[in-house]
Amino acid sequence: MKIIILGAGQVGVSVAESLVSEQNDITVVDVDAARLRALHDRLDLRTILGSASHPSVLSEAGADDADLLIAVTQSDETNLVACKLAARMFNVPRRIARIRATDFLDDVKVLGPEGFDVDLSICPEQVLTEYIVKLVEFPEALQVLDFAGGQVSLVGVRAYKGGPLVGNQLKDIRRHIPNVETRVVAIFRQDRPIVPDGNTVIEAGDEVFCLAPEKNIREVMRELRRMDRPVKRVMIAGGGNIGLRLARALEDDYSVRVLEHNKRRCEILAAKVNHALVLNGDATDEELLEQENIGEMDLFIAVTNNDENNIMSSLLAKRMGARRVVALINRRSYVDLLQSGEIDIAISPAQATIGKLLAHVRRGDVVAVHSLRRGAAEALEAVVHGDRESCRVTGRRIEEIDLPPGTTIGALVRENEVVMAHHDTRIEAEDHVIVFVTDKKTLPKVERLFQVGARFL
Amino acid sequence: MQRLAGVVNLLGVIVVIFALTMLLPLGVSLYLADGAESAYDTAIVVTLLAGGVAWLSTRAGKRELQARDGFLLVTLAWTVLPAFATLPLLSYLPQLSFTDAYFEAMAGLTTTGATALVGLDHLPPSINLWRCLLQWLGGLGILVLVVGILPLLGVGGRQALRAETPGPMKDTKLTPRITETAKGLWLVYALFTVACVFALRWAGMSWLDAVMHAFTTMSTGGFSPYDASFGHWDSPAIEAVTIVFMMIAGINFATHFQALRKRSTSPYGLDAEVRAFIAVIVVSIFGVALFLYDKGVYADFGTALRYTAFNLVSMATSTGYSNTNFGVWPLFAPLWMLFLASFVSCSGSTGGGIKMLRAILMFKQAFRELARIVHPRGYIPVKLAGQLIENNIIFAVLAFMLVYGSAIIAITMLLAATGLDLVTAFSAVVACINNTGPGLGQVGPSASYAGLSDFQAWLLVCAMLLGRLELLTVLVLFTPAFWRK
Repeated sequence: MKIIILGAGQVGVSVAESLVSEQNDITVVDVDAARLRALHDRLDLRTILGSASHPSVLSEAGADDADLLIAVTQSDETNLVACKLAARMFNVPRRIARIRATDFLDDVKVLGPEGFDVDLSICPEQVLTEYIVKLVEFPEALQVLDFAGGQVSLVGVRAYKGGPLVGNQLKDIRRHIPNVETRVVAIFRQDRPIVPDGNTVIEAGDEVFCLAPEKNIREVMRELRRMDRPVKRVMIAGGGNIGLRLARALEDDYSVRVLEHNKRRCEILAAKVNHALVLNGDATDEELLEQENIGEMDLFIAVTNNDENNIMSSLLAKRMGARRVVALINRRSYVDLLQSGEIDIAISPAQATIGKLLAHVRRGDVVAVHSLRRGAAEALEAVVHGDRESCRVTGRRIEEIDLPPGTTIGALVRENEVVMAHHDTRIEAEDHVIVFVTDKKTLPKVERLFQVGARFL
Repeated sequence: MQRLAGVVNLLGVIVVIFALTMLLPLGVSLYLADGAESAYDTAIVVTLLAGGVAWLSTRAGKRELQARDGFLLVTLAWTVLPAFATLPLLSYLPQLSFTDAYFEAMAGLTTTGATALVGLDHLPPSINLWRCLLQWLGGLGILVLVVGILPLLGVGGRQALRAETPGPMKDTKLTPRITETAKGLWLVYALFTVACVFALRWAGMSWLDAVMHAFTTMSTGGFSPYDASFGHWDSPAIEAVTIVFMMIAGINFATHFQALRKRSTSPYGLDAEVRAFIAVIVVSIFGVALFLYDKGVYADFGTALRYTAFNLVSMATSTGYSNTNFGVWPLFAPLWMLFLASFVSCSGSTGGGIKMLRAILMFKQAFRELARIVHPRGYIPVKLAGQLIENNIIFAVLAFMLVYGSAIIAITMLLAATGLDLVTAFSAVVACINNTGPGLGQVGPSASYAGLSDFQAWLLVCAMLLGRLELLTVLVLFTPAFWRK
């Protein structure tokens, strides 16, 4: 597939990284030559220097025969104009734009064919905010993801000694919480995936991923670890785009403090939040943290745009008594370094945010793709089409399906009803299937499974 | 001098317009043959001549109004017009001193409603109508009227309006053009006045009484053609109607304007001032009624509620009607009512005092300072309805409060020095600077300001003017920097 990516910022680069490995021809456009050079050196793709909204630049980037345009520059306006041009001048069939301002989203006409002709709008900051908000709601979880419009959630949780299920076989969960429909889809033990069955014994330190309706998440987690008291006080380090969105999302239900070192930005923040308290100062300033009772904080979330700052401030916060610390870390190598150490949760923004975009890019009718464990594994939600003849999934029992190793079908959502998958569950057309893939390399195979193959038509 | 000529030129026009408003009482006088016609003939001729001469003689100096000129024009208009307004009073009541007449006219235009006249019931209806009309003209503002009917002020009109409009944030963005804004505000004002006339007529007043009371209700003026004020009727229906319209008059007319234009009540809900205004008044009514009932002033709670509701709303909105002598209530009740008068009215309303908006901002500023003690590094903004309030507005409010407090103390001291007792002196100053009307003691609701000496009357005239123009508009004229090139 020929893909043009406009903007070589964080989002642009991580999209390029994810797609370049999937055998796509990628062209990246940006106004910053240095950035493009760095990208060009690292990945196998073409770079074009120029303004993303100029027709000549788009033409040079090969818009004439591109299959997909992904506009993720800093500016909403540039992204919108580029999409419109791509649609009208170059007939690019699919166009994705990053739109930050919600104003553009209020009326469907703005992005519709009469307007800027955008097929899909994404806002990574918003996705990341929702991701972190879930972690505040469920502070014991490592990750909480929604499928089928929130009907079923996937929750990752570390097993600790003291959880009733720890040291026991998985099938006991049915006995412990008989009223809860849940299914453990994967276990990571010392970073190695285990495909679980009923006899698998959970050990302390395991990372357990289970599917359950959102209302039952707490009961499932209680099986695996002692529950903390709910979060009341949250401190956010960094009042950038994400910090602000987080503060606004959390301020009604929690006591929120935001640390920001730029005075000008503090003023803007203070004007935009309602109850959250904006504090001027560095997130690594011990005195300030002490003054603001860091020891009383249930959650410390470091979301500045600097990895090192986020790491240092959350380490410091943890040392000074914050109950749980979450850090946003862009560099993959740092993430692996820190997970399960002092920092409770390390979030890789690229992995957390581009799922929706990837779902749109990939073939098959994939509704959502979520990265798990910083990209090591993926969970995807696919809609099944066709019939027994045209598709290799439809009309078959799960045990009949030729799943690649390390892949589990966790649950189905059929007409608004969640069905936990068993070996004899039969999959029907229009079911939403939630598939858990522990090895990313097998992903194309999984996707092909769900395609209505041309050779069957 | 050039600058002064330009201002005097506009002042001339304003005086000419003012002369024309005297045609209304003249017409009524002729229609009713109440014997006061001759009082207006001379007044109209003198006023027209004076205005015309001022206008024509300075035509050469006519030019766009500058920001500073607005303050001068407004202050001059508000001091010169009461002088012309005394003419019908003086010529009908030859025994009336100029001081008392000017006091009466100023109390009229500034919507204070303190009266230096006794025997109102015996005055010809047209003279009483003139008093009430003065309040109605002054209620929303003379300059607003002038800007609305004559686009002659151009851009300068905005400056003049800023100097005259009460409240800390003066730029109402109702319409792109200032003339249209002024017209819109007057239209709303007139509409409510007409509604008030019909409501009062329905409640049992004669047409003439209804018109006069509508004038003084919508302007929160408080003049009444009867010495007994609303005690004259002793009618719960009339009192209820008046309470409703006094409350309407105590709300920002820009908010009324938006509500009427959108044909919805949502602007009221969004206006933080309105919510506080209604809350404070309702809570106060029940609190004071309970207090009076508890003290045994009224035998049953219903009666206590009726008298409290009317007098408290009247005082709080700075109207100044009364239906009983609340001066004899235990001191807390009238004192609380005077206190309410000093801040309850919304900015942009016809009420007086420091305005609810300033009170809210002061309150929030105080809380902000407390929060700052706990969080020295915090950025704690003052917000109103989700909107950030800039620090310069807060500072302006603080400065205003300081000047307001100092003015009250200074004038009270001066009055005390003339031998007035403290309760009378203080309450008179508070009642005048808030444009309320009745005070306590010798100037209580059933007494009048007639017993004051000339000096005392002039001090209170100053208080009324300062209060109506919110001090700074007047005081800026006394700074040397204002007069420098």
